[in-house]
Amino acid sequence: MSEIIPMGDTGTSAPGLHGNAIARNAGHALELDWINEIQVNRSAVERRTSTLGGRRSVKKDAQAGWLLKAITCIDLTTLNGDDTAARVRRLCAKARQPVRPDLLEALGVADRNITTGAVCVYHRFVAEAVAALDGTFIPVAAVSTGFPAGLSPHDTKLREIEASVADGAHEIDIVVTREHVLTGNWQALYDEMRDYRAACGEAHVKAILATGDLRTLRNVARASMVCMMAGADFIKTSTGKETANATLPVSLVMLRMIRHYQERTGHLVGFKPAGGISTAKDVLAYQVLMKEELGRRWLEPDLLRFGASSLLADIERQLEHHVTGRYSAFNRHPMA
Amino acid sequence: MSVANYFESLDYGLAPEADSNVRDWLKGHDASFGHFIDGAFRPSKDGKTLSTREPATGDELAKIAQGSAEDVDDAVAVATKAQASWEGLGGKGRARHIYALARMVQRHARLFAVLEALDNGKPIRETRDLDIPLVARHFYHHAGWAELQDTELADYKPIGVVGQIIPWNFPLLMLAWKVAPALALGNTVVLKPAEATPLTALLFAELAARSGLPAGVLNVVTGDGATGAALVKHDGVGKIAFTGSTEVGRIIRAETAGSGKSLTLELGGKSPFIVFDDADMESAVEGVVDAIWFNQGQVCCAGSRLLVHEGIHDRFIARLKERMNALRVGHPLDKAIDMGAIIEQSQLERISALVGKGVEEGAEAYVPDIQTPENGCFYPPTLLTGVEPASTVATEEIFGPVMVAMSFRTPDEAVALANNTRYGLAASVWSENISLALDIAPQLKAGVVWVNATNLFDAGVGFGGYRESGYGREGGLEGAYEYLKPNAWSARKPRKPVPPVPVVEATDSFEPMAVDRTAKLYIGGKQVRPDGNYSLTVISPKGKVIGEMGEGNRKDIRNAVQAARKAAGWATASTHLRAQILYYLGENLAARTDEFVARLSAMTGVKKTDAEREVETAIGRLFTYAAWADKFDGAVHSPPLRGVALAMNEPIGVAGVICPDEAPLLSFVSLVAPLMAMGNRVVAIPSERYGLIAADFYQVLETSDVPAGVLNIVTGYTKELARTLADHDDVDAVWAFGDREISEMAEARSVGNMKRTFVDNGLATNWYDPKVAEGRLFLRNAVQVKNIWIPYGE
Repeated sequence: MSEIIPMGDTGTSAPGLHGNAIARNAGHALELDWINEIQVNRSAVERRTSTLGGRRSVKKDAQAGWLLKAITCIDLTTLNGDDTAARVRRLCAKARQPVRPDLLEALGVADRNITTGAVCVYHRFVAEAVAALDGTFIPVAAVSTGFPAGLSPHDTKLREIEASVADGAHEIDIVVTREHVLTGNWQALYDEMRDYRAACGEAHVKAILATGDLRTLRNVARASMVCMMAGADFIKTSTGKETANATLPVSLVMLRMIRHYQERTGHLVGFKPAGGISTAKDVLAYQVLMKEELGRRWLEPDLLRFGASSLLADIERQLEHHVTGRYSAFNRHPMA
Repeated sequence: MSVANYFESLDYGLAPEADSNVRDWLKGHDASFGHFIDGAFRPSKDGKTLSTREPATGDELAKIAQGSAEDVDDAVAVATKAQASWEGLGGKGRARHIYALARMVQRHARLFAVLEALDNGKPIRETRDLDIPLVARHFYHHAGWAELQDTELADYKPIGVVGQIIPWNFPLLMLAWKVAPALALGNTVVLKPAEATPLTALLFAELAARSGLPAGVLNVVTGDGATGAALVKHDGVGKIAFTGSTEVGRIIRAETAGSGKSLTLELGGKSPFIVFDDADMESAVEGVVDAIWFNQGQVCCAGSRLLVHEGIHDRFIARLKERMNALRVGHPLDKAIDMGAIIEQSQLERISALVGKGVEEGAEAYVPDIQTPENGCFYPPTLLTGVEPASTVATEEIFGPVMVAMSFRTPDEAVALANNTRYGLAASVWSENISLALDIAPQLKAGVVWVNATNLFDAGVGFGGYRESGYGREGGLEGAYEYLKPNAWSARKPRKPVPPVPVVEATDSFEPMAVDRTAKLYIGGKQVRPDGNYSLTVISPKGKVIGEMGEGNRKDIRNAVQAARKAAGWATASTHLRAQILYYLGENLAARTDEFVARLSAMTGVKKTDAEREVETAIGRLFTYAAWADKFDGAVHSPPLRGVALAMNEPIGVAGVICPDEAPLLSFVSLVAPLMAMGNRVVAIPSERYGLIAADFYQVLETSDVPAGVLNIVTGYTKELARTLADHDDVDAVWAFGDREISEMAEARSVGNMKRTFVDNGLATNWYDPKVAEGRLFLRNAVQVKNIWIPYGE
């Protein structure tokens, strides 16, 4: 194993994150052997994810507890062409108070200061969001590097990161150049990611693999490993703009790579599934997968985020059902 | 715990499946059940009962009837009465009923699933997601065979009344595997469920009757081994299908020997799980979980011997141990567990004792530090490393959640270790290299091979064992034949005794004498003198000495089997080559027609034209099997997954053939040729009376490029030689045609290594009628089907 190369900032996680603070992923020299030996059997991976739901069921009080935890892991997101400052402020208000206070009271968690994990916006609204979240510990995440396709000039992408960080973004969600993965140009992917990480400085960087574009699970596994070696704090499935969003099989493969990377380097890397996770049932399935594959530690927001916009509303309904025993409706919960 | 506690701990909490519907059903029957005979429950004639308990708690679930021989009599009588009408409904008529059973299972899926989990102790996840859906699938699939029977299986008819004995590990699924094909194809059934798990069978019978299945078609007699024994012995039963231990399978084989009952046996296993260094290791680890911690390891085809390439062994084991730490053991109705309860205390003790023995013999046991319920019958997932092939735990079936691990260096060694067992049920091969995986699969002695998967089942894909794991197949067309008998054989009559050997008359002829010829045995491609150096005289019907042939003994059989075992290349020789050699045999026999005609006439006294017909038919038969050699192909099944299952017809191995006296050349050729065509090596015992014909035949063999050891001929006293052959543990199959006693002896003595047997029970075969004496009927007995599951996808 090669020596671990310190890379940029190795300080602790951002303020407002729960759990014991962990050291940032310092990265590792590019090890092509680690890439070349990767084997993924799609059918076997699918068997694992399709049977997991039957093996682990989370019900009643446990389910309410898990869903509340899931809220703290949500990157409450708006990434639309028609976003405006007011829309972003409304999103931030929801992030501060994601669940009706009476429900939190009834659930016995009013004192837990439950907020979403972050708010995720385009660069244009970073400053607006930072201002709207002033006085909270909720970080602002910016999608960057020519999101979603990631085909802007490399230098432009680095400048975009720097600008967001300058505006107060704590987290940067970058997109990789899919071409590097599809052509097996691991050095180029590594270099690109390393530059992004450097440009982020103290801000944490999430590497969006756009797994829907990568098509094969082996590509996903290899890209995950390269991005982690290049210093990604999180690996993230999707932009939400590809035709295929986060799936459990893709996630399982990424989690296994996170474990391998940890075994080899000691670094803990976070995971962010994004796109298509819109129900409480979906999110529980991901939480179970995290717990089973990586353990309890990976259920906290410093190692798990959900990129989602409509998920929260469904969780709120489930929580109200838990409290009242009656099925709830969307209009009973304040919108984001 | 409160919501706030869960918010911090993120523990799973309890997720119990409700059991009130099942409790209500039990209560509705006063928790007491009789046998289900003739469409209704009726108590045991002698009033005896047993109890069935929840393994998870030890509580009694219900009382069941202990079936006696009289109860079995009752059930068989009812089934016999119903059979003609049931068969008379026709395939399409029966298809409606089988379809109704499939729908019935789906409508009551949760009731079955919960009842099964309670009675057996297996997790509700498995009964709900695996057992019950597969049960429905089996009835759907076989409704299809019923629908198609009148056109696609027109040359066959049902056997009649079938006795079926099923185990406790998959109670309802095993019922489906047995009942669906039996009923679909026109048989009626007497089913004996396991004494520990009879309830889902009783529920099934009750609901089947409610969904319109005519009374008497499906009868359930509950009870213990004695009940099963009574069913096995019953004269009114035409077939026994059994799933259970090899030990009991042996008893059943011996008990039914000579009875003419057809037999399907699904027995034990010690199946290998082979991981190559280019496998998707994470998925292979998950595969181990599915292999040995599925159903608490109480699975006949459980991958229970882990063979890992030495280069990745330590990493793999470390990861596996880590994975084991995340397993959860709990109450079967908990929806957040991986493993439930072991069936009963005695089984738990057996597992503990074997693990203890393994550790005593040097293995290291790893048991994860996880919780198991305090009461009830639970055993933790266990991994034994440092196990040597000689260890008890490497050879004995544990039938519990215990994996034993070994390493290998090369693919050859992996195959050798995998096949180093008396069993041959299943195998699992993990490699991302398709060339490697598909090279290994055919080399494994197992009826089912899963590539990068394990424990996959489907109604359309045959399941069954090699070696001491039993014989017969369940599922698909392979399994359908097990419940049918060929119309062509229905007219067979008991063989007429050959006329007594006349007294030798002194010769008074001064005609010039032919040069003396000494007939020998033919072993390993050579003419050899019999070990004992005695001879038998062959006498014509007129009392004239025709010649003398070697009197083979035990040692000659031993030598012949050894030579046959050595000729392993025949099994893998190309089918084209095997075809060419059989054609060549025919050609060379044709060249010596006159000689054979003369010999047959002299020995048997038949007219010259009849002898000519026999030789001509024998030549034709060789050509027929030459034709078949490259055409008796397997099938590609399409189970419901992204992938295929290749059903390959593989040779059985070394086959012993005992030939009858009638048509001595033709019957010999008719029995030997299909075995050779399919790649088996043969040790043949020709007719005792007319064995000289075989001595003539080996001269044909010698000129026909038949590789040494492929066909060995030992002449002598049939009974003595046949006994040695049937006893021999390195003979994989025995075909016995001739006296009824020979059939019975061959079947009874096949139990040492559970040989496949193919016998005529003393019924004469018209060797001249191709419908009766050649083709698929014989070819199917010359092969065993291996199903190789290949899920794919990038």
